[in-house]
Amino acid sequence: MVKTTQVDLKDQDLLGALRGFFKAVLEREEISAILVPWRLPMKNTVMPTLITDPQQLDRADPLSPGFAINTARVVSRLTRRASAGKVVAVMRPCEIRAFVELVKLRQGRTEELVIIGLDCLGAFGNRDYFRWVGDDAEASTQKFYRAVLTGSGAAMDGVDLSRACKACELPTADGADIAVGLYGVDTAQHLLVQARTPEGENLLGKLGLVETQEPPGRMKALEKLVAERIAFRDEMFNQTRAATDNMEKLGTYLANCVNCYNCRVACPVCYCRECVFVTDVFDHEPAQYLRWAERKGAVKLPTDTLFYHLTRLAHMSTACVGCGQCSNACPNDLSLMELFRSVAHRTQAGFGYAAGRSLDEKPPLSEFRENEFPEVVGI
Amino acid sequence: MNDFEPTIVAFFCNWCTYTAADLAGTSRLSYPSNIKIVRVMCTGMVDPKYVIKSFLEGADGVLISGCNPGDCHYINGNFKARRRIKLLKEILAQFGFQPERLRLTWIGASDGIRFAEIMREMTAQIKSLGPNEGRLKMVI
Repeated sequence: MVKTTQVDLKDQDLLGALRGFFKAVLEREEISAILVPWRLPMKNTVMPTLITDPQQLDRADPLSPGFAINTARVVSRLTRRASAGKVVAVMRPCEIRAFVELVKLRQGRTEELVIIGLDCLGAFGNRDYFRWVGDDAEASTQKFYRAVLTGSGAAMDGVDLSRACKACELPTADGADIAVGLYGVDTAQHLLVQARTPEGENLLGKLGLVETQEPPGRMKALEKLVAERIAFRDEMFNQTRAATDNMEKLGTYLANCVNCYNCRVACPVCYCRECVFVTDVFDHEPAQYLRWAERKGAVKLPTDTLFYHLTRLAHMSTACVGCGQCSNACPNDLSLMELFRSVAHRTQAGFGYAAGRSLDEKPPLSEFRENEFPEVVGI
Repeated sequence: MNDFEPTIVAFFCNWCTYTAADLAGTSRLSYPSNIKIVRVMCTGMVDPKYVIKSFLEGADGVLISGCNPGDCHYINGNFKARRRIKLLKEILAQFGFQPERLRLTWIGASDGIRFAEIMREMTAQIKSLGPNEGRLKMVI
């Protein structure tokens, strides 16, 4: 049974209520620090920040549409070994899913971690967010969450949610220890706080919040949102597949790639400690380039662009959580999220797997059964 | 189309299929020279990169062949290979690769006759599919 409580708002201040809730959590003796999206003092940009002083939580901004990096990578760093302190991490649902994948790959641990996940209101692309946010970040975030939560949509001032967010069918923090509900909740009055694991229930029980029931409209609001997202996603898949249904078209799709590998750096689930594409495996002999050029009369440099993207898909597509940071990181605005997600959808379906769904499901390539995939074997 | 001679890159495991190829040879069985064999210790070591690179370099087909279930010299490498081939088939299909171009078979060390049959069949299949477009067109 999920333990459901609520936090009441003062003066309809949703950010204030969340900050108060985070402060109450951080003031618990057993909690050493809290990782939250936090407005940097020198600039109105929001970055994951590890906080030990409750006063600093006044700059916490968990509802901002700024999503500069996927926090899963940072949480992986914080938890890969015992730290002698319990950390609370405030994460978006896609960040939690990515972290679940990293834990399964032994690049993170859940032992000294409590995850607080918020219903995700979505995010703008990085370029859009940095341009949009302006000088008054508090007002900007308020404007954003009010627009989303009152149903008037995130499109404002010529910017809109990133395509990754528009195609995201998993906006709730199902993998969190404590989930904060916003959709279908009267967020002018209160927000919903639910414990989803024994760990979460343990912490939540100590905060003395008022127990309540999930409002009846919440399920319906979520169903409507998810249906819109799935429709957008499927249309996006169709368009992307039509644009890449042979190798020549894939070459066209990726023609502006400059092999910077930013998509791999930004990807939370690209798990290799050292990417093979920067090892001496790909330090080709100068004579090799001449041979390649000779064969067809021309060879584009740097080489191995398609090879890189296809290999990356073989590595990460079963773990792709659709966060869209690849598209965010691309200097040449390639539609990478669309490509990677459409392939990931196929490969995950092929193995009956969903990235980030559960810590108990093993990654598809890390296990096998004796009798499976008979269609793959034979002439 | 009839004078098209495909290139098929084949990764054979040292213990079963490569031995079967040897047996086919010493038994004077003939099979098409389109099959270019790379001997590996186990199909479980065939990195997806090897397959992707083969196709990007213009191979018309890729064949991976190892031991029958239960016979793997390393206990379960062939089962691991099967998952990787499944993954590659899912990925490559989106980009218009016919799934028949990538094959996984299990041929035991004593199956020289079957080995030659499968090589003939695979070659005929790839011939009827025609050349891999990567060979014909400039790809990046």
